[in-house]
Amino acid sequence: MTANRNNTDASSSSAVARRGASSQVVTFREKTASYLQNHRYVAKDSLLRLWLHPIASLMTLAVIGIALALPSGFYLLLKNAQSLTKNWDGNAQISLFLSDATKEKQGIELSKTLLEMPEIEKTEFISRQQALKEFEAVSGLSDIMSGLSDNPLPAVITVYPTSSAPESIEALRKQLTEIPEVELAQLDSQWVRRLHSILKLGQRIVWALGVGLVLAVMLVVVNTIGLAIENRKEEIIVTKLVGATDGFVRRPFLYTGLWYGLAGGLLALMMLESVLIWLNNPVSDLAQLYNAHFILSGLGFINAMGMLLLAALIGVMGAWVAVGRHLREIEPH
Amino acid sequence: MIRFEQVSKRYPNGHDALKQVSFHLRSGEMSFLTGHSGAGKSTVLKLLMHIEKASQGQVFFNQQNLNNLSRHSIALYRRSIGMVYQNHQLLFDRSVFDNVALPLIIAGYNQRDMGRRVRAALDKVGLLSKENLNPLTLSGGEQQRVGIARAVVNKPALLLADEPTGNLDPTLSAEIMDIFQQFSQVGVAVMIATHDLALISRYDHRLLVLENGKLVKDGAVHEV
Repeated sequence: MTANRNNTDASSSSAVARRGASSQVVTFREKTASYLQNHRYVAKDSLLRLWLHPIASLMTLAVIGIALALPSGFYLLLKNAQSLTKNWDGNAQISLFLSDATKEKQGIELSKTLLEMPEIEKTEFISRQQALKEFEAVSGLSDIMSGLSDNPLPAVITVYPTSSAPESIEALRKQLTEIPEVELAQLDSQWVRRLHSILKLGQRIVWALGVGLVLAVMLVVVNTIGLAIENRKEEIIVTKLVGATDGFVRRPFLYTGLWYGLAGGLLALMMLESVLIWLNNPVSDLAQLYNAHFILSGLGFINAMGMLLLAALIGVMGAWVAVGRHLREIEPH
Repeated sequence: MIRFEQVSKRYPNGHDALKQVSFHLRSGEMSFLTGHSGAGKSTVLKLLMHIEKASQGQVFFNQQNLNNLSRHSIALYRRSIGMVYQNHQLLFDRSVFDNVALPLIIAGYNQRDMGRRVRAALDKVGLLSKENLNPLTLSGGEQQRVGIARAVVNKPALLLADEPTGNLDPTLSAEIMDIFQQFSQVGVAVMIATHDLALISRYDHRLLVLENGKLVKDGAVHEV
């Protein structure tokens, strides 16, 4: 019985050996196909491994998600603030509010005379009616305005100074106050400019925060993957013993990093979206109270995709760093 | 197939594991490597697996000098060698089939060829019916045979074994030796490191005896 089995084994082994020899000639196409097959397998397997340790994976993902959502959230806040203030011009201009006694014709006359001053680039006369219409349009407070019996707004000459230096503009403003028809000369861009520079500062802070948190996410991935590598030390040694290249050993960890990044990014998007939905009602209610129309805008498709891509990239890079640190240490001995 | 030329190995701790060892092993040749523990058997196998590098002298595999292989070439080189380990080196997070398939996955075989080859190898060691089991549930002898199936599944040109019959009873040992002999018959060079002299004496193969890192005897078992 044993002898018989050995006999057939011997003949089958030589048959297998011959087959083996002939299939040593692996075509490029076959190689590519099996390479892709390995990628598919490793991608699935590394995802499955995350799935098999749901609590640990979720905690890591939560850290990545929050760290990505924070700067993106601040970015959204700034973006919305900017869109709210976009229509407010940041250029310096002086508004000359004319006394009620001044006739429209006098006002137009004055604005033309002012043009002769070298310090003034351009003037614009806005009659009381125009001022009212404009205010209604810009502020969205038309209902309130129509409730008033009399137009409360004065006629205005908007003066655009040639210079943008704050001192010379201030000197010009003082000079213009001397004109008898002018009741008040106001440098009205000051606070808008302050707001703009605050927003600019905010942007810088968001960038710094973003870079810091992106680094933090990367460190989390490096650490997590490092642990995963330690856990699979035996397996790495065995695969190296049977001829695994560095690329083969690296692959499952790079995919793990990719999944961490992608899933963390997705989680961050979900968090952002939920906060937006949560805030949108109160915000539009608030806007309604001012009879204005304003909805918080989200990241948008392109930015969301960009964020996912960035998250995936951070994941893969973190994994690469982790594998680079450990790969050469884990060798058969 | 394998040529050791004046090979010496000194470990970082100063221990001289091999001293000026030279031998030549041909394709299809089967040999035993023996000696007391610490005589240098493992070091010979480690040099052949390129786990360690020779401190002096050259190790050749088919005219290829193993001293100057890149990391990538080492990986590719190991694919042409099958090694059976004393502690089996199996992975217990996957089935017997997946353990045996590992070298084929690494070498990039397609699914169909892989299944055929893995089953042929498992059939050869008599474990075809256990392909879906976890190796943890197998006996020591069966685990050893899984290790053999994995070593031979990729049709290696050189088969190395480190105490392959270490924990096995004589009947099982004989079966495992039969498997090795079959491989040498189809042209595979086989080298078995063992201190089981009773086992060695039952076969008339070539015998290399190491003593304190020196090759002291080299010849057919019954001459030595």
